Amino acid sequence: MDTESTYSGYSHYSGHSKKAHRQGSRDRHKSPRSKDGSRSEKSVTIQTPPAEPLLGNDASRTEEGQDDNWGETTTAITGTSEHSISQEDIARISKDLEDSVGLDCKRYLGLTVAAVLGLLVFLTPIAFILLPQILWRDDLEPCGTVCEGLFISVAFKLLILLIGTWALFFRQPKADIPRVFVFRALLLVLIFLFVFSYWLFYGVRILDSKDTNYQGIVQYAVSLVDALLFIHYLAIVLLELRQLQPMFTVKVVRSTDGESRYYSLGHLSIQRAALVVLENYYRDFPVYNPALLTASKSRAAKHMAGLKVYNVDGPGNNASGQSRAMIAAAARRRDSSHNELYYEEADHERRVKKRRARLVVAVEEAFTHIKRLQTEEQQKAPGEMMDSREAAQAIFPSMARALQKYLRTTRQQQYHSMESILQHLSFCITNNMTPKAFLERYLSPGPTLQYDRDRWFSKQWTLVSEEAVTSGLQDGIVFVLKCLDFSLVANVKKIPFIKLSEEFIDPKSHKFVLRLQSETSV
Amino acid sequence: MSYVPGQPVTAVVQRIEIHKLRQGDNLILGFSIGGGIDQDPTQNPFSEDKTDKGIYVTRVTEGGPAEIAGLQIGDKIMQVNGWDMTMVTHDQARKRLTKRNEEVVRLLVTRQSLQKDCLEKVHVPNCGKHYFLLSLVKLTVVKF
Repeated sequence: MDTESTYSGYSHYSGHSKKAHRQGSRDRHKSPRSKDGSRSEKSVTIQTPPAEPLLGNDASRTEEGQDDNWGETTTAITGTSEHSISQEDIARISKDLEDSVGLDCKRYLGLTVAAVLGLLVFLTPIAFILLPQILWRDDLEPCGTVCEGLFISVAFKLLILLIGTWALFFRQPKADIPRVFVFRALLLVLIFLFVFSYWLFYGVRILDSKDTNYQGIVQYAVSLVDALLFIHYLAIVLLELRQLQPMFTVKVVRSTDGESRYYSLGHLSIQRAALVVLENYYRDFPVYNPALLTASKSRAAKHMAGLKVYNVDGPGNNASGQSRAMIAAAARRRDSSHNELYYEEADHERRVKKRRARLVVAVEEAFTHIKRLQTEEQQKAPGEMMDSREAAQAIFPSMARALQKYLRTTRQQQYHSMESILQHLSFCITNNMTPKAFLERYLSPGPTLQYDRDRWFSKQWTLVSEEAVTSGLQDGIVFVLKCLDFSLVANVKKIPFIKLSEEFIDPKSHKFVLRLQSETSV
Repeated sequence: MSYVPGQPVTAVVQRIEIHKLRQGDNLILGFSIGGGIDQDPTQNPFSEDKTDKGIYVTRVTEGGPAEIAGLQIGDKIMQVNGWDMTMVTHDQARKRLTKRNEEVVRLLVTRQSLQKDCLEKVHVPNCGKHYFLLSLVKLTVVKF
């Protein structure tokens, strides 16, 4: 029904999944914003019923609060919705499904291999002990208390190994990394070789020759369990402990607006360092807002726009010479764009502050209308009682306009839908928060985690690095984490070797003398 | 005028005789002193060497007995009535100068202009009978 060429206001809002939203339709994404003003006369859809997944895709929490006019039209809630989907969307969605299934396969393959190996390893000592009993029970020498003691120790060591393995390895994998995790692979290979050699020895020396010294066999099994415990210790040291001590500091800079943070890391491979950076990115960096970036580009364009290059010396297309001449002329040209920037910024500051003041006053006033009922009072006046959602809906209209204006001025309006604001308001009312606590989410842009997933602009990351991603961090390494709209540049620096020396000061040596300069007349 | 501990101090001095003026119950000399071994020598504006802890004249009242006798601001007082003033505390100096039963104090003072005039020239027609060389031997007391 919709084709790419028509940009009616509705085509952007029709029920897209969030993945279709994100990929490919960059240009469609930008154009409706320029039509902000033109939408005020339409009646707008506010909620699409979430009960219809598109093609079985699980991503259809279609949050349609993108209309910015809920400040003026809060009393009307229409239930109409439009679902339309074009050919491109279908192709895109199916490709997404394939991609996600492919990645999961790789992840699950690794997990199953490790699980099977673990199970085998766990059952091996038990097998070593049980096989002679099953196969040649009558020939075995009896061994009394020594064997029983060994059985108990094997049982407890296996239990400890089980608990330790569960604690260390049975965790939700939180990320997909591009290359194999070197230490884990190393450990798996080590365990496999180890158990294989034990089985080999067992098979040749004990099974074939039907050894009758049962105590020796049990001790052999005990030595296997001990060695497994030591491998577990090695795993802890390699996988967990080695990277705890900070050795490097990473400076991460976002390419679009220069936001930077510093993180301390230990000895990690580049891909694991990238994981750490990304985990902290979602928490520390303010959310990426493309609406804030357009100003500087337009300024630069205006600056160069007025210059033209004429070639007076005759034919001969010296392109680089021309561009250099243009740059030099632009640099020398005395223009007042810095003036414009200064006044524009001052003006914007003032406007933001004014709107902020109005917003704070409106919210404070709105909160004074609500009072929490104590339990005794609840029985007395059952008629007017509201729960927190209704209370939020009751006081929302008085602050809606001021909030909407403020969000528009700070260009945050697409991050907060009316539904999310109502939810937050009822959350704050439930938890007895003050107006200031309610507003802290809207006054300044928060970290990416705070917002809806479809507002993130950053879910699929690519690691770009000149060194191999499994090599360890060194001083001076630079790697880049790219997503579709921006990239994070990470610069690794070594923490300097600190030479600390001591100096002892006797507390009795703190002595002072009065320095005077008096003048006496005689 | 700076001294090296253990070495004799040599300076060209001028003898000044001040007759105290009676003002009510007090006998005044008409100048102010600063310095002393218990004071901070780095704040002395008149000394050439900022470790010099001697007694210096910081002010001379106009028309007073000191000015009449020829005392100038910035002079370092080496002796008062035979008592040494190069190694005294501020209070001891004040006491030596303001003894109630003395009406005349005879000071030996030195200043940089004296040193320059007299010591550079071996024959000293300018160094009249008022100036003579003062040589002091410092007895260093070693404390344990």
